[in-house]
Amino acid sequence: MDTMPKWADIVLIPLINLLIAFFLSGLVIWAIGKDPFEAIRTMVAGAFGSTDGVGYTLYYTTNFIFTGLAVAVASRAALFNIGGEGQVMLGGLGLTLLLLTVDFPHWAIALPVAVITSAAFGAGWAFVPAYLAAKRGSHIVVTTIMFNFIAFSLLGYMLVSSWIKKPGGVPESLDFAETVHLPNFHDILAPLGIEFSKHAPANISFFIAVACCVLFFVVMWHTQLGTAIRQFGKSEGAAIYAGVSPVKITIIAMMISGGLAGLMAVNATMGEAERLILGFSEGAGFIGIAVALMGRNHPFGIFLAAVLFGFLYQGGSELSLWMGIPRELVIVIQALVILLTGALDNMVRMPVERLFLHFRKGAN
Amino acid sequence: MSLMRTLLGAAATVTLGATATLADPAIIFDLGGKFDKSFNESAYTGAERWKEETGGNYLEIELQSDAQREQALRAFAGRGANPVVMAGFSFASALTEVAPDYPDTKFVIIDMVVDAPNVTSVVFNEHEGSYLVGMAAAMESETGTVGFIGGMDIPLISRFACGYAQGAKAANADATVVQNMTGSTPAAWNDPVKGGELTKAQISQGADVVFAAAGGTGIGVLQTAADEGILSIGVDSNQNFMHPGQVLTSMTKRVDNAVYNAFSAGEDVAPGFNVMGLNNDGVGYAVDEFNASVLSADTIAALEEAKAAIIAGDIAVHDFMSDSTCPM
Repeated sequence: MDTMPKWADIVLIPLINLLIAFFLSGLVIWAIGKDPFEAIRTMVAGAFGSTDGVGYTLYYTTNFIFTGLAVAVASRAALFNIGGEGQVMLGGLGLTLLLLTVDFPHWAIALPVAVITSAAFGAGWAFVPAYLAAKRGSHIVVTTIMFNFIAFSLLGYMLVSSWIKKPGGVPESLDFAETVHLPNFHDILAPLGIEFSKHAPANISFFIAVACCVLFFVVMWHTQLGTAIRQFGKSEGAAIYAGVSPVKITIIAMMISGGLAGLMAVNATMGEAERLILGFSEGAGFIGIAVALMGRNHPFGIFLAAVLFGFLYQGGSELSLWMGIPRELVIVIQALVILLTGALDNMVRMPVERLFLHFRKGAN
Repeated sequence: MSLMRTLLGAAATVTLGATATLADPAIIFDLGGKFDKSFNESAYTGAERWKEETGGNYLEIELQSDAQREQALRAFAGRGANPVVMAGFSFASALTEVAPDYPDTKFVIIDMVVDAPNVTSVVFNEHEGSYLVGMAAAMESETGTVGFIGGMDIPLISRFACGYAQGAKAANADATVVQNMTGSTPAAWNDPVKGGELTKAQISQGADVVFAAAGGTGIGVLQTAADEGILSIGVDSNQNFMHPGQVLTSMTKRVDNAVYNAFSAGEDVAPGFNVMGLNNDGVGYAVDEFNASVLSADTIAALEEAKAAIIAGDIAVHDFMSDSTCPM
């Protein structure tokens, strides 16, 4: 089974994939008459060259960690949760209802309640497809994607016709109170004497995301529940034989997944916008699939993949800002990375494996 | 990883050093994209005209997401772009937040009012222009029923609808005006399929002229109207050329002029209100070779008369946004 050392599996192969993706992107940029080297410089400088850029990169990263972990939990149980988008939206809705109805004296009190609420709403939204899949055998991909549309319409209704709407033509909610604004990196780092951009949206939720990575690792590999989820994912028959209830595991795994997706709202809605905006999820639920795929459903891999996609998002908007590269092309670059790292993984894996086998034979 | 960080960091410092500040103007297009054949494209045309005439350079971005609004504003203002023009009412919240942080930068927001000392708010008297095309619609209609298809259901679009209905009734007191909005989310600006469906629905109610005030959705309205053999009225940009002989006229909203003027004034663009109406050609109706066959001389004469009367104040077109009601 282990034809390659672990480092090759986790680092080498994604790196080769990435290089190919960047090479192809470079060709595309060159084809429209721009300088690919300047493009990569713009992206790197824009994403990591200033605290402002880092702040945006980490903000996107935080989103992708949550949705990436969400997809990974379900994936470990052999369930494909494509409904992250809807679960994120519901998390945002729950959070907004909470913050607009309850007066919190301080963000530190609001934060734990907000975390629980948004996770609960996300988990609740995932519960229905999970229940249908576990009890009625309906296909989880179909139901979760349908629930995305329902969530979008629900959010649209709430932001256009309900009491949470802010007066005016824009579909967004009333602003949250000053007291529940989460500290951003500037507020966190200033007491330590470190200068960080005041306006970058990266905030304390980043650390919640990192904590979720650690928690994911602990639960998945060091608890009975994690073992049951992985068993169920590898072989349903064997898991049942070992006493695992498929109904229970399906529902629990999907609800953890939905809860993690819902947590993204803490970053995007409470941390950044400080109000609920229609469409605030911005496809992060779907990007989570690519992140989980690239991170091989492992929290450390997901963290790295999320940083990469954060870089692509922030660097991509810098490309449109400063090089006049149209937004459609930025999507092409992102798509190439997803295609190469996610879908065409085996294209690189197989030759590399063969190479390792060849060397091993030579060594023997 | 740490090695990579160092390398990336080094590369970053090099590039940052190379970027100088610039005083070029900048424009931010809304989610519809600069080639929406309507509002954003009109803004783009104005920017391009300025570029052609002055040989200057401008910065631009087409937004991909709501979160980028503030980012784009700060990015352009931070690098010294001046003035920063934004096309669309959705920028209000972001601009309110950003404007005080860059007191030396002039911001120009189109279609919305933001009250700050360094912000120019450009608003259009859409009801006046809509009144004229409403008259044209009623005069050229044979069935006496004219249609209106709006984009997202917001007060701004009701302002179009209300002006249109007033114009139609003024030209023909027995005219019936059917109205539909495409939706209540921003997706309604970019849904040509639904625009086509609504057009068919209005045709079945007897409409033989439809006015689309719906951004990209209007493309579907004009297309369906042409396919079904009825007349349509374009909006924002002059859309007569899209279906020659089948588009009655276009309610032009000279967003291009607003952008052009802002770019030309540069850093000296005057803050405050800037109302563009019939009197300063901010709104109007389009006459060109593409609609010469459908817009009769009699109609044009009547429209010119009404236009003069509105400018003189003899005809008062009710503005929906003044009291959120329409007398029609």
